[in-house]
Amino acid sequence: MTAILIIAGKEIRDGIRNRWIVGSTLVLAALAFALALLGSAPTGALGVKPLAVTIVSLASLSIFLVPLIALLLSYDSIVGEGERGTLLLLLTYPVSRGQILLGKVLGHCSILAIATLVGYGGAGLAVGWGQTHDVQSWAALGLMLGSTIMLGAAFISLATLISVCVRERGTAAGLAVGVWLLFVVVFDLGVLALLVTLPKGVEPEVFRWLLALNPADVYRLVNLTGFENVRAFSGMAGLADSVRFAPSTLLAILFGWSAVPLAVALFIFRRREL
Amino acid sequence: MSAIIVDGVSKRYREHQALTDVSFSLPQGSLLALLGHNGAGKTTLMKLFLGLIRPTQGVVQILGCDPAQGSRDFRRQIGFLPENVAFHDEMTGRDSLRFFARLKGVGTNSCDGLLERVGLTHACDRRVKTYSKGMRQRLGLAQALLGNPRILLLDEPTTGLDPVLRLEFFGILNDLTKAGTTVVLSSHILTELEAHTEQVAIMRQGRLVAWGTLPELRRQAGLPTRIRLSVTDGLHDVARELDDLPQTLLGSQGMELSCATEDKMHLLRRISGMNGKIADIEMRLPSLDDVYAHFGHGTAISRNGEENPS
Repeated sequence: MTAILIIAGKEIRDGIRNRWIVGSTLVLAALAFALALLGSAPTGALGVKPLAVTIVSLASLSIFLVPLIALLLSYDSIVGEGERGTLLLLLTYPVSRGQILLGKVLGHCSILAIATLVGYGGAGLAVGWGQTHDVQSWAALGLMLGSTIMLGAAFISLATLISVCVRERGTAAGLAVGVWLLFVVVFDLGVLALLVTLPKGVEPEVFRWLLALNPADVYRLVNLTGFENVRAFSGMAGLADSVRFAPSTLLAILFGWSAVPLAVALFIFRRREL
Repeated sequence: MSAIIVDGVSKRYREHQALTDVSFSLPQGSLLALLGHNGAGKTTLMKLFLGLIRPTQGVVQILGCDPAQGSRDFRRQIGFLPENVAFHDEMTGRDSLRFFARLKGVGTNSCDGLLERVGLTHACDRRVKTYSKGMRQRLGLAQALLGNPRILLLDEPTTGLDPVLRLEFFGILNDLTKAGTTVVLSSHILTELEAHTEQVAIMRQGRLVAWGTLPELRRQAGLPTRIRLSVTDGLHDVARELDDLPQTLLGSQGMELSCATEDKMHLLRRISGMNGKIADIEMRLPSLDDVYAHFGHGTAISRNGEENPS
């Protein structure tokens, strides 16, 4: 356990040194504030709860941005060390390969968690200030922050899996971009195409499990259908009924998207010869 | 007690036979020099010692353990300096060493002492990015020495060190072997090793082709001792008198003889008997270079991979 923490600590210090933490926090905060201010301005007159609106916008933004940040953060975690020649030395130390991998993933998740909590949390606080009575919106914000970190963890896990499978950083970078395109863009288009082309449509039961195959869609469902007041603004009210998963089920699926790729990565990394 | 035992070890990567039937054992506290060309199998052997790879055949035992098990206690006993050691460029030398000390479960208090020992104290707060090759190498040595390892594996440790540092480096190794640390180092710069190593292993094409102390290897190789004479007078008389030995005349005043190493005392007595004719004697024993050349290139490899004596 200590070895995991030592390695995670080093990753976090690296994140501070190479400005990853500051950079990603600023990007998330800037976009979150922009959305929060733009998002709440036109709705104020209609008496809408601005925090709920902000959560809808932020969740949609996260689906593009957070996987990208996570993939960029982790795609070279192992293959990069291998190429620089630092991995060989690290592996001769009294740490297991599992500890190295878990330490790195933990470190990267912490970096992303800091960026999310500060960036989004700051924007959420600024917008929601004075709405202390609106408990449901605050809970939705909490759920959004937590699930955003889990979404990031899922893609950090996928990036780590890429990183242990390939021999060159360039390949890893290419695959990371591919994974991003697949889950964020192509997958939804594919599902859409399926819905349009099949004459009878897709069974709701099949459809909801189809969405579970994509961590980004699971995240979307968690945040846009999780709370009544958010659902109303998200345009997901109709969909939410047909793909009703309990929020806890959705979170469990999202967690599975972190755990399974990581387990596969561990398995491959343990067996790899240098 | 043998610190390192290698018994019938072969290692095959998919297409490439890296090691073939290597066997030796090394007592504790000795210093072994592994010699060989690039690709002769030195690094593969080191990786086997470290447990980073498993042998295809045979057994490797270090301190009575199978290194491939990778037990934490075993790894704590081992120090390793890889060829072309690399560190995280953005970290300072001191931070790098502290990170490794924590990983090894050694107190970070020992770091400053080690930095001083390898002569890096003045640069320890600079980022590794700014280090020269020699400084990285010294930082690499410092991390290998963390926690007083019982086995020290050094892959090409002296590349990038200037002659003064090399001397200091071998001084450190001497102290360690005296204290009971077993050191294995690989190199292809031979002259510097000659004065410092007892045990030499020469590898070629993944095979161990020679094993022994330097005098033993000289004997095995049967390389001649060369003796150069400066003759004041009557070079031809001297030459006639020594015509049972292979000789070359060098100008009008000198000649070179070669004789088997075990005959050299006899020859010296004969030469000293030639009163007045000989001004000077210069004697050259076969160096490690010659021994290495003999074993390292001694046979040619034909196209189909069979070895033929050349």
